[in-house]
Amino acid sequence: MTLAADMPVRPDSIFRQNLRNFGHNRLAVGSAIVVVLFLLMAIFAPLVAPHDPNETDLFRRLQPPGWVEGGEWSYLLGCDGLGRDILSRIIYGTRISIFIGAAVILVATTIGILAGLASGYLRGWVDIVISRLVDILLGFPYLIFAIGLMAMMGPGLFNIILALAYKEWVIPCRVVRGETLVTRELEYVEAARALGASRGHIMLREILPNILSPVIVVATIRMAHVIILEASLSFLGLGVQPPTASWGSMVADGRAFILEAWWVSTFPGLAILLLVLAINVASQGLRDAFDPRFHE
Amino acid sequence: MNAPLLSVTDLRTVFDTRAGRVCAVDGVNVEVRRGECLGVVGESGSGKSVTFASVMGLVRSPGRIDGGAIIFDGRDLRTLTPQQMRKVRGRDIAMTMQDALTALNPALTVGEQIGEVLEAHDETLPSSRGARNAAIRERSVEMLSLVGIPSAESRLRQYPHEFSGGMRQRIMIAIALACRPKLLIADEPTTALDVTIQAQVLELITDIRAKLGMSVVLITHDLGVVTEHCDRVMVMYAGQVVEEGPVREVIGSPSHPYTKGLLGSIPRLALRGQKIKPIEGQVPDLIDLPAQCRFYSRCTLRQDVCKSLISMREATPGHSARCVLVGKDRP
Amino acid sequence: MSLGKLIERLIQLIPVLLGVSLIVFVMMTLTPGDPVQIMIGDQAVTPEQEAAMRRDLGLDRPIVERFFVFLGNAVTGDFGTSFYHKRPVSEVIAERLPATIELSLVALIVALLTSIPLGVLAAIRKNSIFDRIATVGSLLGVSLPGFWFGILLLMLFAVHLHLLPVSGRIGYSAEIEPITHLLLIDTLLRGRFDAFLDALSHIILPAITLGLPMTAILMRVTRTSMLEVLRQDYVTFAEAKGLSRRRVIFRHALKNALIPTVSVAAIETGSLLGGNMIVETVFGWPGLGRLVVESIFLRNYPLVQAAVLFYAITYVLLNFVADILYTVLNPRVKL
Repeated sequence: MTLAADMPVRPDSIFRQNLRNFGHNRLAVGSAIVVVLFLLMAIFAPLVAPHDPNETDLFRRLQPPGWVEGGEWSYLLGCDGLGRDILSRIIYGTRISIFIGAAVILVATTIGILAGLASGYLRGWVDIVISRLVDILLGFPYLIFAIGLMAMMGPGLFNIILALAYKEWVIPCRVVRGETLVTRELEYVEAARALGASRGHIMLREILPNILSPVIVVATIRMAHVIILEASLSFLGLGVQPPTASWGSMVADGRAFILEAWWVSTFPGLAILLLVLAINVASQGLRDAFDPRFHE
Repeated sequence: MNAPLLSVTDLRTVFDTRAGRVCAVDGVNVEVRRGECLGVVGESGSGKSVTFASVMGLVRSPGRIDGGAIIFDGRDLRTLTPQQMRKVRGRDIAMTMQDALTALNPALTVGEQIGEVLEAHDETLPSSRGARNAAIRERSVEMLSLVGIPSAESRLRQYPHEFSGGMRQRIMIAIALACRPKLLIADEPTTALDVTIQAQVLELITDIRAKLGMSVVLITHDLGVVTEHCDRVMVMYAGQVVEEGPVREVIGSPSHPYTKGLLGSIPRLALRGQKIKPIEGQVPDLIDLPAQCRFYSRCTLRQDVCKSLISMREATPGHSARCVLVGKDRP
Repeated sequence: MSLGKLIERLIQLIPVLLGVSLIVFVMMTLTPGDPVQIMIGDQAVTPEQEAAMRRDLGLDRPIVERFFVFLGNAVTGDFGTSFYHKRPVSEVIAERLPATIELSLVALIVALLTSIPLGVLAAIRKNSIFDRIATVGSLLGVSLPGFWFGILLLMLFAVHLHLLPVSGRIGYSAEIEPITHLLLIDTLLRGRFDAFLDALSHIILPAITLGLPMTAILMRVTRTSMLEVLRQDYVTFAEAKGLSRRRVIFRHALKNALIPTVSVAAIETGSLLGGNMIVETVFGWPGLGRLVVESIFLRNYPLVQAAVLFYAITYVLLNFVADILYTVLNPRVKL
C-alpha cells in the first residue's frame, strides 16, 4: 500500500491495515478470544454459573474442589467458608471486574480525550491549568490516592469507579495532549483551519480520528491495571461490599483458611491473573500492530 | 612485499530476512596493496560497507558470510577464532565510521576510549599498573596531538559531546590509529562533516598514511574525494564490483555505463559544457536477482547479451569492468 | 549539573506539593463522619464540651483558614492526634516507618539484582529460549495481583513447606536494641547473627512480593534499552577496536543502557509505596502501609491524612530524584 506523502492520511484505512496486522499475531488473537470469553461469561453469568453465588450452605463449608477427596464435581472449584460455590462466585465476580474496568476506562478516556485535546489544541491558560492538575495528580501513588478517596467516600461500586477515574484520566490526557501538539501542525489541520472550520470541529473531526490508535492502545493496557487496582481495593475491604462476589474480596476471604483450604484464595486470584494476562498480551499485540515504532 | 596486504576473493555476504535472502555482497574480489589508498565508490546499498564489515568480521545477525576467502597479511581471516579475530581488529585492521558523534560512546571519556584500544592490543606496555597507565596516557596524548587536537593532555577527561564535529572525527581517527594498524578502513569519513572540515580530515588521513606507511580503504560516494586521495578505485553496484583500476584511468576513461553515469551526475567532474545527468531508475531489489547484468534496467546502452551472466573484462592492464562493451568499439 | 539549576528544579516542585496538600486536605475535609463525633464515641458529653473540642481542633474556623493552618502544621510535622492511639500522629508514623523503609529497600535491592542481569541476558541472547522465558516471565510479573501472589507464597513456603514464617517482622524483636531501626542492620550491628537470619526469613517473602512488578518492569526496560544500545554505532566501533566481548557489553553498552533503567527504577520505587499497603496487609508486616489500612477502618482520619500526604510527598520527591538521576547519568543532556 502506498500513500502519497502530501495527502491527508485517511484514518480508517490505516485502522483497517492495523487490524489486519493484529490478525497475524496468533498469541494476541488467542488472548483477545480469552478476553471475549470472560466478557461472555460476565454477561451470561446467570446461565453459566452452576449455583447461586450467594447461597450459603454450612454443610458445604470449605468443601474441596471436585478432583480432591471430599469434593463434588458439581462444585468444581470447591466452596468457601460459608459454603458458597467458588466457581459460581468467580463467574459472577467477572461482572464486577469487567464492569468496573470498562467503566473506569470509558469515563477516564472520555475525560482524558477532551482535556487532552483542549490542552494541546487551545494551549494558553487552558493548557496551563490542565497540565498543572495533571502534574499534581501524578504526584500521588495510584493505589494510595484511590485508598484515600475510598476512605472518604466509603465503599460501593459507583465510588470505586469514581475513585479510580479521578486519577486514571490523566494517562489518556497526556497521550492525547502530546499527539495533538504534533497533529495540530499538520497540513490537513491547517487546511481545515484555513477553510474556517470551528475549533470544536477541528479537534473532534480532524484531529481526534488521527490520534485514536495510541489512545485505544493505552486504554486497553490501562484496563488491565484498573482491574488489578479494583481487585486490590476489594482485597483491602474498600471495594464492593459483601455479599457481592468480587475477585479481590474472595481472595481476602480465603486468607483466613490458608492453613486448611488453599482453594478459597487460589482460584479467584487465578481468574484475575488470567484476565489481566490476556488483556496485557492482547494490548501488546494491538500496540505492535498500531505503532510500527515498537517493532523490534 | 609484492603480495597484497589484503586479498578478498569471491566474497559472498547474505542477509536472511523475512522477505527472502538478500545477497548484499555477491562474489566480490578486492585487492589492497601495501601503502596504497583504495577508493571504494557506490550508492548506499551497493554493498561497499558490508564488504568491509565482512573483512572485519563485524557482520551482524541476520547477516553472515556465505563464501569466499579473506587473506590478510598471509592469513585467511575467515579461519580465525573469534579471539584471534579480536586481536586483528583494532591492531592490524582499524576502522573509522561515518559519524563520530554516534561512533564515540557518549558515556565514556575520550581518554578511556583511546586508552582501551592500547590496553587491549599493545604488548609493549609495562605490566605494573602505575607505569602501564602512565604509558597509556602518554600514548593517548601522543595520538591526539598527531591528529591535531590542541592541549590533548587536559582533553582526555572530556566527553565526546564536549568537542566540535571536526574534533570528534579526529578523535575517532586517533582511536583507530592508536595501535598503528597496517590497514585503515575509513567508511565515509567526510559525509557527516562541513566542506571545509572534510578537506582537513582527508588531508589528515593522507598525511598519516604517508607517515605510518599504512594502507587505506576509503569508502565514499564522492568521486571527487577519490580522485584527490586514492591510488586505485573500485566501483560497486548492487553487491558486485562493476569497475576497478587506477584512479586516473577509471575517472579519465570510465568503461562501465554506471561509472560514466556517476561521473555525469557530479557537477564538478562533469565535462565542461555538458549537462548534469542523474542516473534514471533505481537500484534493483537484491532478493532473487536474475543472472544478468545488474545495471540492465537502468542502462541506456543495454543489449540482449546483457541478459546473461557478465564477468569482469579487462579494458587495459589493471583496469577492468563488468560490461560487454569493454574491449569493443565504443558507441 | 549546577547547584543553581538544582535549586530551580526544587522550586518548581513547590506548586505540585501545594496542590497535593490541597487535594489531601479537601479529601479529608469532605470525608463523611464528624471527627468530633468519632472522638466522642459512646461517651456522654454536654454540647458545651463538644463545642470546646471543636474549637480545640480548629474545626470552627473558615475552611480556607483551616487549610493554611493544616499546611503550617504539616510543615512543622504536626498532624494532630491519632484518635485511636491517643498520641501525636507524627509519633505513630515515625514508629512504623522503619519497617516500611526496610521492606521497600530490600524489595528494591531484590528487584535491581534480578532484573538487570536478566534483562541484559535476554537482550544479548535475543530470541533465544531464555529470552522468550524472560519475556513471558515479565508479562506474568506485571499481570500478577500482588496480594494473591503473596498468599500463594505463604501457602507454599510457610504453610506447606514450613520453611519460612507466616507473618511479622522478627521472632524476638524485643531483645534487639535499635540503632538504625532497620532490623537487618541492627541485628548485625549488635552481633546477633541468629536474629539477623530470623529477620531475613521474615522479610524475604514480602520483599519478593513487593518487588515482583518492579522486577518485571525493570527487566523489560533493561532488555529494550540494551537492544537499542547494541544497535548503536559506538558498539560496532567498540567491536571494531578489538575489545573483548565482556568489555563491549558491560562497559560500552550497559553503561548507556542503564540510564533509562535507573530512572525508571526511581519512579517505580514510588509505586512500591502503594504496594506496601497490600503486602504489609498480607504478611502482617508492622509498617506504615498496614497502619493506614487499619486506620481507615478505625476512622482514624488524621493519621490517614498525614500518611497520604507523606506518601505523596515521597512520591513527588522520588520522581524528582529520577529526573535528576537521568540528567546526571547522561552526560549528553545538559540542563
